[in-house]
Amino acid sequence: MSNKPASLFDKVWDAHVVRSIPDGPDVLFIDRHFIHEVTSPVAFLGIENRGISVLYPQRTFATADHNTPTINQDQPVKDPLSAKQLAALSSNAQKYGISIWALGSPKNGIVHVVGPENGITLPGMTIVCGDSHTSTHGAFGCIAFGIGTSEVEMVLASQCIMQPKPKKMRITINGKLGKGVLPKDVALYMISQITASGATGYFCEYAGEVFENMSMEGRMTVCNMSIEMGARGGMIAPDETTFNYVKGRDKAPKGEAWDKALAYWKTLKTDDGAVFDKELVFNASNIEPQITYGTNPGLGTGITHSIPKASEVKDGEASYKKSLAYMDFQEGQPLLGKKIDYVFLGSCTNGRIEDFRAFAKVVKGRKKADNITAWLVPGSHIVEEQIKKEGILDILNEAGFELRQPGCSACLAMNDDKIPAGKYAVSTSNRNFEGRQGPGARTLLASPYVAAAVAVTGVVTDPRELLNEA
Amino acid sequence: MAYDKFTVLKSTAVPMPIENVDTDQIIPARFLKATERKGFGDNLFRDWRYNSDDTPKKDFVLNNPIYSGKILVGGKNFGSGSSREHAAWAIYDYGFRCVVSSFFADIFKGNSLNVGILPVTVSEGFLDKIFKAIEADPKTELEVNLPEQTITLLATGESEKFDINGYKKHNLMNGYDDIDYLQAMKSNITAFAEKSLY
Repeated sequence: MSNKPASLFDKVWDAHVVRSIPDGPDVLFIDRHFIHEVTSPVAFLGIENRGISVLYPQRTFATADHNTPTINQDQPVKDPLSAKQLAALSSNAQKYGISIWALGSPKNGIVHVVGPENGITLPGMTIVCGDSHTSTHGAFGCIAFGIGTSEVEMVLASQCIMQPKPKKMRITINGKLGKGVLPKDVALYMISQITASGATGYFCEYAGEVFENMSMEGRMTVCNMSIEMGARGGMIAPDETTFNYVKGRDKAPKGEAWDKALAYWKTLKTDDGAVFDKELVFNASNIEPQITYGTNPGLGTGITHSIPKASEVKDGEASYKKSLAYMDFQEGQPLLGKKIDYVFLGSCTNGRIEDFRAFAKVVKGRKKADNITAWLVPGSHIVEEQIKKEGILDILNEAGFELRQPGCSACLAMNDDKIPAGKYAVSTSNRNFEGRQGPGARTLLASPYVAAAVAVTGVVTDPRELLNEA
Repeated sequence: MAYDKFTVLKSTAVPMPIENVDTDQIIPARFLKATERKGFGDNLFRDWRYNSDDTPKKDFVLNNPIYSGKILVGGKNFGSGSSREHAAWAIYDYGFRCVVSSFFADIFKGNSLNVGILPVTVSEGFLDKIFKAIEADPKTELEVNLPEQTITLLATGESEKFDINGYKKHNLMNGYDDIDYLQAMKSNITAFAEKSLY
């Protein structure tokens, strides 16, 4: 180890390099591997065909989430292909001795929600999963990123993957967030400034007062969206907020093991003078509630703004026009007042307890708009229980909303939760790609406050107006 | 899964001058329900390629018989979004062995290399030349030479070098994969694991 000032990223990465291949990638040891039903079956077939086994089954955790229904989870899954994938996950887990929270288990939920809430995710780890939103776990000061199925097979076989070390970017936001501005708005704002590909090739560290003052749920939302600006992952140095969140969780270390781990975790921060390949600085006071209008997450703006002209965006003109044509939006059109058909609260981005608290804060004492179909999907059964315990469910029911059962749901619409073609959905999820929420569906990404304001007014509404009245 | 070795590929190319082609477009999520790796090529670019009644969309490039070949040429930020390797499988299964763009999303690039597709990053200027050459003559051929790390427009002889690390190049040229390598260093890995805090 040299004494040169190191970044948080370097410290965690370097602690996991088993071997550096000359003119090639690093062989990186993986502390935690999450698997789900969609990207793992072919990986298990692969190791089977090679005649090898899972090297460290205790380092892999399985949960069913992408394909699961969000109603009647006690009944057999109707879609035979989904049922087959879920069965494959369970039988593979059983065969190789991997812990699984299958559909119906009280700990089941979205992989990036259940990992942290059960203390499987711990500061300073390397974490991978066959899902690009694995970047979520960076909120704990982890190097966490999504991988393909060949790499899932690699981790099952060897607990390692091969990765060229990415470049480093630091994004600093100082100041205080304004009223009605949530961590999701911070994420969407950064992506709109950097573009959907502006951080490709980099791993990001988020620093500054805004992130220091953010809850763990908020940090997870921000790190989750790192991939939407092209970054492989994003991370935030662990601090007292992190340690308080982790302490006492089911699989977190206890007693002496906790003290030892804590001493190490406290060293996980970027040293003064550490050098980044790129540094960006934003000011918190410039961030208002955000909403997207295009078909990539970089095409977003402040909710009070109009849709920019082609000449004002960084995307190529042809691609931008294709994007607006898909959304049936015009350049220069205002966003406020746009009639919406669906609201989706949930996903690994915004399916945690704080997101439901925020949604409830806006809808409390109001009624769901008649033109809105609302799907409220908790990220896990633990979140669902908490919603009930805190009385949030009563507030939601009173306002005319129902709660569905946990899963990825309409974020990627692999199950029956599909937005119909041509309909507009305001979603707290992470992607507004063409057809992402169902063939022909039109998605506007936003925070839980914005989603709630839309849900009770039926149109795109600035949540600050409703929060002011409250 | 084994793939064909890659050395020199001479082929016509299919142009797709669209930016930010995300993996949800390459293969929509509803086609990810298979438990085996086969047949994904049928659903490559499904919603751009077919109407909702499964009839082909005439204006989409894959439905235009003028264009064919083993090389797909895409706009900037190709393969963004979801980590689904199914996107690379679909491209391979359809018959492409090489994707050319001025900029690839990281995960897609890694997935491609792992399944035997060569992602070739060229300058914006050269990408533009390729699109113009195909537009002028859909039968124009490109040569992708992995040992030399060059891509050439055969009609004019214009050529550009591309980057790939030596380890991955060696793998692609010989049809090796990472697991062979990792299996060979298992004792290093188990020794490393013993010291792990977690």
